[in-house]
Amino acid sequence: MITKRIIPCLDVRNGRVVKGMNFEGIQDVADPVEMARFYNVEGADELVFYDITASVEERGLFTDILTKVASEIFIPLTVGGGINTLEDFDRVLKCGADKVSVNSGAIRNPGLIEQAAKKYGDQCVVLSMDIKRVDGSFKIFAKGGRENTGIDAMEWVVNGVNSGAGELVVNSIDTDGVKGGFDLELLDEIASRVNVPIIASGGAGKMEDFSELFRHRGIDAGLAASIFHYKEIKIRDLKEYLRSEGIEVRL
Amino acid sequence: MIAIIDYGVGNLFSLTASLNYLGAETKVTSDAADLEAADKIILPGVGAFEDAIKKLEGTGLIDTIREQIAAGKPMLGICLGMQLLFEESHEYGIYKGLGLVKGKVVSIDEDLKAAGRQIYVSPAGEETLKVPHIGWNALSFKEDEPLFKYINQGDCVYYVHSFYGRDCSESTIATSEYGITITGAVRSGNVYGTQFHPEKSGQTGLNILRAFIDM
Repeated sequence: MITKRIIPCLDVRNGRVVKGMNFEGIQDVADPVEMARFYNVEGADELVFYDITASVEERGLFTDILTKVASEIFIPLTVGGGINTLEDFDRVLKCGADKVSVNSGAIRNPGLIEQAAKKYGDQCVVLSMDIKRVDGSFKIFAKGGRENTGIDAMEWVVNGVNSGAGELVVNSIDTDGVKGGFDLELLDEIASRVNVPIIASGGAGKMEDFSELFRHRGIDAGLAASIFHYKEIKIRDLKEYLRSEGIEVRL
Repeated sequence: MIAIIDYGVGNLFSLTASLNYLGAETKVTSDAADLEAADKIILPGVGAFEDAIKKLEGTGLIDTIREQIAAGKPMLGICLGMQLLFEESHEYGIYKGLGLVKGKVVSIDEDLKAAGRQIYVSPAGEETLKVPHIGWNALSFKEDEPLFKYINQGDCVYYVHSFYGRDCSESTIATSEYGITITGAVRSGNVYGTQFHPEKSGQTGLNILRAFIDM
């Protein structure tokens, strides 16, 4: 049977992996290629790389890193950050990405998901969303979680899937960096509306948070950054624990 | 040299990189002379069946492929490249395949519904089986198959697909469970096919590719 996936997320800026809390207070962690090697050996099921650089020169550095990782690590690689056009899809796919994650790019250009899905297939297009509660309803935030777009998250999710998004990354701003567990209320709401894989992000602090996550129907993967980067949880230990809890994982 | 057939379908970066990582020489090509000069041939593919078979026909390579297989050269079809080996596909219509493997390519979704198996009950709870079948799934394979000589029963491989090969029991050499039994790999003589992506299946996938390189 299909296994639940554990995915470390590497935010790359200026050629280094960084990790912030609630999108602020960014800290330098390590070399992305070294970290990718480490996670591959540890048993990560997939790697997500976000390019959080701004300048064109740094963008070149990012694709160099991606090419290096893809030349020696043979698990699925998802790339996001600065994906606004089909040319951006092309640029990262040529460097070895398997899936491309769109976030603000889809907000700016609502046709992007459909165009990319037609050209590269649904399986290639990941819709990543930063979601926060505002006055009792879930809203889509842009610009790394700083700006409320006013878009209703549930409508956005359904439209995105109908346009061809083959997978969703659901990041809860409310739980991100707090380490108090995933945002299960938000995830349940989304899982009841779509039938594509859902990757939960934001809030993992301990191994029990993952077992609780995977008891919720329709959640396929758990994504985290700092708890893995700082080795607070080791992926191999996490997977052994999940298996002991009756959750199927790849070991 | 391993010839990787280039017919404009899919991203060949990881496939080439994984074979090179294992020390194999590769050539991405749509030239018949390269297929003749190669020790082995790989037929990759991602996307829809109709588009892929038309593009493959467009290369004019199909006769060369048949000749090379008849001469005993090992060939491996991956994902959609495996599906093209079948007699026909029922993906958005009925299309003829290469007919190198007996059986047909059909919808996972329709077969899950027909079998009443859209819900899977695990010790952790109930789960709706989504289509496409995406992710890592355990592989059961026939012992003594050379393609699997470096892996263990139950090792996981990475799948991404909505259609699968069926009615191919005589060629099936590996399967995975997803409510229904998914054909994971087929073999007809020196023609092999994997529904999963060995080039994305970590060490297990590399071990399968290494076994293919050994042939």
